[in-house]
Amino acid sequence: MKIITVKYFAMFREHAGIGEEVLSLDAVTAQDVFEQTRLRHGSAEPISHCKVAINDAMAEWNSTVSDGDTVLLFPPVAGG
Amino acid sequence: MFSVSDKAIAVAELREHMSAPAAGGFCVFEGWVRNENEGRSVERLEYEVYEPLAIKEGENVLAEAKQRFPYLQARCVHRAGILEIGDCAVWVGVAAAHREEAFKACRYIIDEIKTRLPIWKKEHYVDGDSGWVDCERCAAHGGGR
Repeated sequence: MKIITVKYFAMFREHAGIGEEVLSLDAVTAQDVFEQTRLRHGSAEPISHCKVAINDAMAEWNSTVSDGDTVLLFPPVAGG
Repeated sequence: MFSVSDKAIAVAELREHMSAPAAGGFCVFEGWVRNENEGRSVERLEYEVYEPLAIKEGENVLAEAKQRFPYLQARCVHRAGILEIGDCAVWVGVAAAHREEAFKACRYIIDEIKTRLPIWKKEHYVDGDSGWVDCERCAAHGGGR
């Protein structure tokens, strides 16, 4: 198990009711974190529409997460 | 330079800082808040920006644009917070030796800013409802971008 700080943004934060939480997860990749917190952030979005960052750097869904990492889950973005 | 502002974008002031002796063309794009989206009347918009990464990724976009379409100066400012109809939500300015680079770099920057930066747009409708805009979905439907 890894201790991961998960941060939620925009619609994910509204659904979760919190901006971040520290969780103990059995996760290897960023995608595992997304899937294991799906009930929390309530995303019905395909993961391909969402983005992820690890420790404030943009990452891929197959990026490895380590104990102590902060994983930022971004719902579909819409700048401009 | 890419920046995020929680106040009205000072368009005239930004333009003043774009001049360069070697520049023969200046292209600007302003994204404005529209009163309608996908058939619904919009009252105002709310932008949420995760600033640390938006700035990092915004600077990456400007650097990529420079590599592809060598320009002399480029600047982009994106709003955060509550915006009313007609407000400027994003400003992109590019000065280049020739119009070709200025147009192309400007187009590249706004297109990438819309789909890559951690920025979210919530529409508040006239009927009191509200909803987050999904650019991926509206791109798939061929409209609204």
